[in-house]
Amino acid sequence: MPEVLQKILWLSTALFFIGVYGMLTRRNMLAILMSLELMLNSVNINFVAFNKYLHPEKLDGIFFFLFIVTIAAAEAAVAIAIIIHLYRYHKNIDVGETEELKY
Amino acid sequence: MNVIQVLFWILSAMALVSALMVLLSKNPVHSVLWLVAVFFAISGHYILLNAQFIAIVNLIVYAGAIMVLFLFVIMLMNLNKDTEPQKNIWMKLAGAISAGCLLMILVSLIKQAPELQAKTAMMNEGGIGLIANLGKALFNTYVVPFEISSILFLSAMVGAVVIGKKD
Repeated sequence: MPEVLQKILWLSTALFFIGVYGMLTRRNMLAILMSLELMLNSVNINFVAFNKYLHPEKLDGIFFFLFIVTIAAAEAAVAIAIIIHLYRYHKNIDVGETEELKY
Repeated sequence: MNVIQVLFWILSAMALVSALMVLLSKNPVHSVLWLVAVFFAISGHYILLNAQFIAIVNLIVYAGAIMVLFLFVIMLMNLNKDTEPQKNIWMKLAGAISAGCLLMILVSLIKQAPELQAKTAMMNEGGIGLIANLGKALFNTYVVPFEISSILFLSAMVGAVVIGKKD
């Protein structure tokens, strides 16, 4: 049974919008990182959907998904290390109050 | 309305509501749990798109590894209470305007692209996402990016340890 491509593009666009909004408005550094993960996931939906609908015989979109997940994991590890280091000095992780990265 | 369409709408509604709750909940632990719900809904979409391996990878890596890391960090920092004051209305307005401009651009792009008009696919056939095809392609065509990503992981690990240690 066929399914239309545009519906899933609406979904990923809405998720990306929610991620951008959260990234611009949240103050907590971990919440900003969570919004970033949301945006990465909406992009992943796009890659897999385009692979399925436009070139169903290829695997490029799926491998883009895998490498994006890899990079997201590495980025989350480094970002959380930075956040923990920042918390040790400032005792909070609000982006408005921690203005320098290095002491 | 057949079964796949009903599943599609249910999963979409679940993803959108959970993503909104990620932003609206003040408690960071609740945000993480709603984000796990988003990842489950997105994995359901991957299964509908016939990419089973990717659905499982999404669950294991995102919901299993990254979100547990977030939860541990939040509990380590005693952030599991309502810490965020969030009363600046101008900041919310600016965020809504700038993100809404991006949303408008993306929506008009999707509406106008002639390649995407009424593009359909069969939802429950094709073995493209199966693990045998993926493994063959990963170790033939994509072997160089695969090795480079292992170097990326090594450097991220070293970087996390170097940044995180006490000086």
